[in-house]
Amino acid sequence: MTKNFMFSRRQLLKTSAAGITLGLAPSGLLSRPAFAAAATVGFIYVGPKDDYGYNQAHAEGAAALKGIEGITVVEEENVPETVDVQKTMESMINLDGASLVFPTSFGYFDPHMLAMCAKFPAVQFRHCGGMWSKDKHPVNAGSYFGYIGMGQYLNGVVAGHTSKSKKIGFVAAKPIPQVLLNINSFLLGARAVDPAITCQVIFTGEWSLAVKEAEATNALVDQGADVITCHVDSPKVVVETAAGRGAYICGYHANQSALAPDKYLTGAEWAWGNVYKTFIDALVKGEPLPNFTRGGLAEGFVKMSPLGPAVSEAARTQFDGTLAEMSKGGFSVIKGPLKNNKGDVVVADGTAFAETAIELESMDYLIEGVVGSTS
Amino acid sequence: MTDITRGSIELPSASRSLEWLARRSEAFAIPLLALVSGMVLFSVFLILLGKSPLQFFDIMWRGGFGSWFSIQNTMSRASPLLLTALCVALPARLGLVVIGGEGAIVLGGVAAAALGASFNGAPGFLVIFLMGITGMIIGGTWIGAVGALRHYRAVNETISSLLMAYIAIALMNHMVEGPLRDPASLNKPSTHPLAEAYRIGTIPGTDVHWGLIAGIVACIVSWVLIDKTRWGFAARIAGGNVRAAQVQGLAVGPLIVGFTALAGAFSGLAGMIEVAAVQGSANASLAAGYGYTGILVAFLARHNPLAIIPVAVFLGGIYASGGLIQRRMDMPDATVLVLQGMLFIVILFSETFYGRFRMFNPDLWKRAT
Repeated sequence: MTKNFMFSRRQLLKTSAAGITLGLAPSGLLSRPAFAAAATVGFIYVGPKDDYGYNQAHAEGAAALKGIEGITVVEEENVPETVDVQKTMESMINLDGASLVFPTSFGYFDPHMLAMCAKFPAVQFRHCGGMWSKDKHPVNAGSYFGYIGMGQYLNGVVAGHTSKSKKIGFVAAKPIPQVLLNINSFLLGARAVDPAITCQVIFTGEWSLAVKEAEATNALVDQGADVITCHVDSPKVVVETAAGRGAYICGYHANQSALAPDKYLTGAEWAWGNVYKTFIDALVKGEPLPNFTRGGLAEGFVKMSPLGPAVSEAARTQFDGTLAEMSKGGFSVIKGPLKNNKGDVVVADGTAFAETAIELESMDYLIEGVVGSTS
Repeated sequence: MTDITRGSIELPSASRSLEWLARRSEAFAIPLLALVSGMVLFSVFLILLGKSPLQFFDIMWRGGFGSWFSIQNTMSRASPLLLTALCVALPARLGLVVIGGEGAIVLGGVAAAALGASFNGAPGFLVIFLMGITGMIIGGTWIGAVGALRHYRAVNETISSLLMAYIAIALMNHMVEGPLRDPASLNKPSTHPLAEAYRIGTIPGTDVHWGLIAGIVACIVSWVLIDKTRWGFAARIAGGNVRAAQVQGLAVGPLIVGFTALAGAFSGLAGMIEVAAVQGSANASLAAGYGYTGILVAFLARHNPLAIIPVAVFLGGIYASGGLIQRRMDMPDATVLVLQGMLFIVILFSETFYGRFRMFNPDLWKRAT
């Protein structure tokens, strides 16, 4: 205890000294790319850092930078998408001397991050979500995002092999394009194993709403689903509830295997550490940071959790085969002929969308075999 | 303690000023002592965690009040709380505990955003004014309905306002994801963005938006209403004893509906300001919990509209420094919640001390001279 106390006092002295230096230094000096020797990087999360989900994935990415010489990482969790996040960015810039800020929640971009970009033209901002466009947004802003739909497809492949009832379930937050793509990909993966499989989806309406997530999971299991996955900020509740009911789990965002070691099959995870390291490499070398960067499994933006003990040999073989094919590039999950669950053709025969296709970003349908509705 | 030293100042009519001081200082001394005890209690908690309380309070000071940037940060966070605290404080004067201000915020915000987005080319001040009025009417109707249910149907206002807040948030989500959705807002459903001319700007020389001034004015107006007008007087009577008020011929029904509607109007205005000054459109970020934090502010201020101003600034300061505490002391966000919770409990507990200390009794000082 005493040790901690001493340490924190020393740190206090150190930080106040830094504060004084920063206060005296002309502001232009702070922001040149030539500060390679020492740079402070800020990370902002919308939820807790240890949520076993979206925010933990980013925090793990940030933790991967902590050993890099000359890089100081500052983090703040539970920051709402209000004026609070603007003030957090300002505070990181003004009080910690951050020269690069990663606001990681989708809702931070407009208007909050854009307002700060205008206010601090010498600071770099990179937002997770892929909204940046050259014509509309400032040059000190930028986006990065990953294509995780193929991860959900691989989840589906394992789920398809594991399910006995031929019913799988999906707990989803909101019916927005990104989530719909994940649901459709999950079922398509399962149908690559057995075309008779159906997927029941329940939307909770919120990114983080533990009670409804638990209710939805229970309802899915009650209806016979025996493999569950989800797209909510923190899959913890879904994983624990499903495992408690005896269903198998495919994870999302981060690795949740510790929560249900026997029931966890695999999971689609972000690999933000790789992405953040690329930014920091550029920063350290004094090169301009990319404004727009995206990638999937092949580019190392996304990874799969190690397969769990319940995964069969057949599942493993098909999983490895599909993964290898995806890594070669050019793999399409969404391809015609494809109908939505109302019976209308949504992708014509002969059309195939690569994961980078812009059409996928305005997806507004659930495919045939998904039981549920977007509205 | 302080009042004794202050009381020693010699004044011509010493007895009278002492009486006056004794009466007033109780309202300052008790919360202040409670605040200090709360902080001492929290320091014990920090020491148990192996963290330095001195560092904590130093960072809190620097993050919340120690520089011009920090002060602006604090003020930005305090401004929505001024209005949402009034949503609790005004009905409280009638003896009602309304905790569902969040509902009025989100609906007021959505209505104002929908109205603002439908204009194009009309003068800015006019549209902003109309948006404000719309937010207030919608918020006022929502919480006014809580008051009406209370008086005419005997529905508990605490429960109904809370449940109605859930309905309001669901309604907002429906509107924002359905009829009012801007098709361009793919992954974050929002209403159409407001034109730049219909946005509320910042107070010159600061980066704090005009909502702060609106909140302060609303607090002062509410104080005048409660303390200086006959309606306020009637409301306080009805709050003390409804039967007595009715016997006196006071129109208790309209009083309750009127006060709850005004309270809701302030929350609705907070929602409109959030849309016009911060978000630029209505979306799920409107439900940021300002309505619930307002409850805390109102209770800490003992439902006195003027006291809401310093309390909101104090809480704003705690929130403003919360981030710095996470970053500098490597403590989780919940730390600030623990501090807030301890202060809240201690201050509520301190309510039981009013009238218990002889030195605050004006009669004592009358006899002394």
